[in-house]
Amino acid sequence: MNAIFRTFAVAAALMLGLPAVAADEVNVYSSRKEELIKPLLDRFTAQTGIAVNLVTGKEDALLQRLKSEGANSPADLLVTTDAGNLYRAKAAGVTQPLVSDTLSTAVPAVFRDPESHWVGLTMRARPIMYVKGKVDPATLSTYEALAGADFKGRICIRSSDNIYNQSLVASLIAANGEAATETWAAALVANLARPPKGGDRDQIKAAAAGECDIAVANTYYLAGMLTGKDPADRTAAESMAVFWPNQDGRGTHVNVSGAALTAAAKHKDAAVQLVEFLASPESQQWYAQENGEYPVRDGVAVSATLSAWGPFKADSLNLARLGELNAPAVKLMDRAGWK
Amino acid sequence: MNTNSASRLWSVGIVSVALVLALPVLVIAGFVFVPAGDTWRHLAATVLPDYVTNSLLLMLGVTVGTLIGGVGTAWLTSMCQFPGRGLFEWALLLPMAMPAYIIAYTYTGMLDFAGPVQTSLRGLTGWGYGDYWFPEVRSLGGAALMLSLVLYPYVYLLTRAAFLSQSLCVLDVSRTLGNGPWQTFWRVALPLARPAIAAGLSLALMETLADYGTVQYFGVQTFTTGIFRTWYGLGDPAGAAQLSALLLSFVLVLIALEQSSRRHSRYHQTSQRHQSIRRHRLRGWRAAAAIAFSALPLLFGFLIPAGQLAAWAATIAHTVYDTRFLSLVLHSLGLAAVAALAALVFAVLLAYGKRLHPSPPVRTAVRLAGLGYAVPGTVIAIGVIIPFAWLDNTLDAWLRATFQVSTGLLLSGTLAALLFAYLVRFLAVALQTVEAGLGKIRPSMDEAARSMALRPGQVLRRVHLPMLKGSLITALLLVFVDVLKELPATLILRPFNFNTLAVRAFELASDERLADSAPAALTIVLAGLIPVILLSRSITRSRDAHST
Repeated sequence: MNAIFRTFAVAAALMLGLPAVAADEVNVYSSRKEELIKPLLDRFTAQTGIAVNLVTGKEDALLQRLKSEGANSPADLLVTTDAGNLYRAKAAGVTQPLVSDTLSTAVPAVFRDPESHWVGLTMRARPIMYVKGKVDPATLSTYEALAGADFKGRICIRSSDNIYNQSLVASLIAANGEAATETWAAALVANLARPPKGGDRDQIKAAAAGECDIAVANTYYLAGMLTGKDPADRTAAESMAVFWPNQDGRGTHVNVSGAALTAAAKHKDAAVQLVEFLASPESQQWYAQENGEYPVRDGVAVSATLSAWGPFKADSLNLARLGELNAPAVKLMDRAGWK
Repeated sequence: MNTNSASRLWSVGIVSVALVLALPVLVIAGFVFVPAGDTWRHLAATVLPDYVTNSLLLMLGVTVGTLIGGVGTAWLTSMCQFPGRGLFEWALLLPMAMPAYIIAYTYTGMLDFAGPVQTSLRGLTGWGYGDYWFPEVRSLGGAALMLSLVLYPYVYLLTRAAFLSQSLCVLDVSRTLGNGPWQTFWRVALPLARPAIAAGLSLALMETLADYGTVQYFGVQTFTTGIFRTWYGLGDPAGAAQLSALLLSFVLVLIALEQSSRRHSRYHQTSQRHQSIRRHRLRGWRAAAAIAFSALPLLFGFLIPAGQLAAWAATIAHTVYDTRFLSLVLHSLGLAAVAALAALVFAVLLAYGKRLHPSPPVRTAVRLAGLGYAVPGTVIAIGVIIPFAWLDNTLDAWLRATFQVSTGLLLSGTLAALLFAYLVRFLAVALQTVEAGLGKIRPSMDEAARSMALRPGQVLRRVHLPMLKGSLITALLLVFVDVLKELPATLILRPFNFNTLAVRAFELASDERLADSAPAALTIVLAGLIPVILLSRSITRSRDAHST
C-alpha cells in the first residue's frame, strides 16, 4: 500500500510546476475551442512579443466566472461564438467599449455592438442543405417554407437546446413576430424525419444516408467534412448541396463569433491590439481556410470550398437583437414541442 | 480534557468540515429563495413532466442494467469456478475507465444510420431507409444502456468485495441446512451483501442523475439537460438552481429509502475467520453460460469501444503525440492523484467522526457533504466560483481599505479551487467506500481498544486503518479514476494555459471530430486502467490474506 501512496505523492509534486508569468501579456477567456484560436494567438505572440494566456470553456460558465470575479478578474478579453452570448456579457455589465478606429473601418456595423462593447470576428451562415438529385432546388425558397406540407417527414435539424437554432428562431421572431413563428415551429416539428438528436454534422450525415432529404446546418460543418480526413464523411458531404434561403427577402440567417473587452481589463492596449490582429486580413484568411467560416471584412479571399457555394445575401438584422430574443425563442420552441 | 468536551470538539469539527464541503451545494440550494419569475410556470406547463419521466426511466434502466451486470458477475467470479474466471475477475472492472460521454460518442459513430454497421448492412441486403428495423442507439434506452455499461463496475466492485468477505461459515451453514447454490445466493449471500449492493447502486444512480454529456448528445431530455437549458437558454440561474434542488430531492429520497430498508438490521460479520473459498465448479453448458454472461459487459463496455478508439487514434497518431500531449497527461494524472488523496483524508475523518458521534447534526452534515456526487459538475463549479470569488473580493476590499494593499484574487482561478470542486463532487465515492468498510468492523472492537485506554485518534490509527486497508485503497483508486474522467468542472475552473486529457477529448468530440478526439480519449482509458487493475488485485489479495 505504501508504494501506491508514494506514487500518488510523486504525481502530485509533478503538477506544482506552473507556467511563469510574462511581463507583457493578455488574458483571454474563450469559448472558441483551443484548436480554433491557439494558432492565431501563437502567431500574435511571435509578431508582437506579447504573451497570451488562455482558458477555454463553455460561454455561460465563463460569463459566470467573469461576473463573480468582478473588478479583480484577470481576464482582459472574452472571445465567444454567437451574438447571443456577446449580448448577454454586455447585459451582465462585465464589458466596456472597445474603441479602435482600425476595427470600425474593418468590420461592418451590423457585426458590431452599437455601443462598441463587442465586435464580430468571423461570420457563419446557417443555410438549407439538400441531397443532390433528390430535391429540386426550385422547390426550396425560405426557412418559412420548410413548414409546408410538401416537406412532411423530409427534414433533419438538431435539438432546440442548441444556440444556433435558438438564434435562428430569434431571427424569425424578429422578422415575422412571435405568434407566426410559433405556428411555423410547430409545423416544422411535424415535418421532421426523426426526433432531433446529435450535432450539425449528424444532420448532414443522416441526409446523405437517406434518412431525410433536407438538413439545416452551419456551413463550416459541411466544409469541415469536405476537407476532413474521414473518407466516409467526405463522401457524405459531397452528396449534399447548399441552398441559400430568403434571398428575395431579408437574406440567410448569419451569426458571428466575436470578442468583448472586459470591464476589469488590466492590459487594455495589448487586448485591443490582439482584437485588431484577429480582424486583420491575415487572421481572417486563416479562419476562412482552416474552419470554413466567412470573413467579416471585405476583400479577403474565402477557401475554394466556400467560394464553390457562391455568394449570398445575409440577413442584415443587427445581431444584438438575437440576444434580446433568445429567451422568447427558447420558450416558443418548448411550446411547439421542438425537443 | 474531559471526555465530554473532547467529544463536543469532535462533533463541532466534523460538522464544520462537512459544511465547508457542502458549501457549493448549499449555495445552489440557496437560489431556491431567489424569485424565478414565470420560468416555473412555463417549465411545469411544457417540459417538466418529460424531465421527471425521463430521469426516472433512465434511473430504472440503469438500476436493472447495473444490478444484473454487477451482482451477477460478482457472484460468478467470487463463488464459481469456470474457465477464464481469473481473467474476468479483474477485466470486468475495465469499463470503469471509460467516460460515459466517450462511449456514447463511440457507439453512435458505429451504430448510427450513417455509421459503418448499418451502411454495410444496407450494402449487403440492398435495403434503403425505412426498409428495416434497427435499434436506435440515441434514445432513452440507448442512454440507459451506455450508462449501465460504464457504471455496473461500481456495483460489481462493492458487491464482490462483500461476497469475498462474507464469512464462509454462514454460507456453509446455509448449505448444510439443505439450500442449493441458488438458494444460498438468494436467501443468504444476497441479503447479507445488501448494504454493499445498495452503496454501489446509489453511486451508479447518482452518477446517472449528474450525467450531462450522454443525455445531451442523445437528445434525451432529463433534469440535467433542463438545468442547462433554463440557465443558458432562458438566462435564468435561479430557475436552473431550483431545478437542481428538485434533482437533489430525488437523491435524498433515494438515500432515505436505502437507509430505511436496513434500519433494523446489522451487517457485522460475526466471525473473522475465513477459509479459502471452495468455488462451485461449473461444467459444460453451465460453464459456457457463465463465460458468456461475464464476457458480454466486458465486450460491450470496453473491448469494442476501446478498439474503435484505437482504430481512430491510429489514423492520426503521428500528428498528436508530442510534448504538449505529455503535459496533458501529467496534468490529468497529477490532479487526479492530489484529489484522490484529499478525498480519502476527508472521507476517513468524516466517516470516523460519524461513527464516534452519530448524533443527528453530525449525520446530517456528513450526508450533506456527500450530496455533491449527484449534482452535475457544471453546477458544482458555479457553486464553487460564487463563494470563492466573494471571499477573494471581500478580503481584497478590506485590505485595500485598511492597509492600501491589493491581493487580487487569491483562490479563484487556481488549482486550489479546482481541487476543492473535485472534493465536493467525488467525496461521496470515498465516503461510501470507507463507511461500508467501517460498518463491517464490529463496535466491540472499538470498545475493546478504548477499554485499553486508547484515545479515539489512536484507535483509528492502530485498529481501524490497518483493518480498513482494502477499503482505503478502493476509495483512493475510485476517486482517482473519477477525477481523470471529470470534465465540466475542470473546463470551468482550471487556470490559464492548463489543459487536461478530458478537456482535450471533449473539445474535439463536441466539435464532432470523433477521430481527432480519440488519442486523448484513449489515453484517459489507458491511464484509468492501471488503478483499476491495482484495485482488483488489492481486493483479491486482501481476501487471500484473510484466509489462513
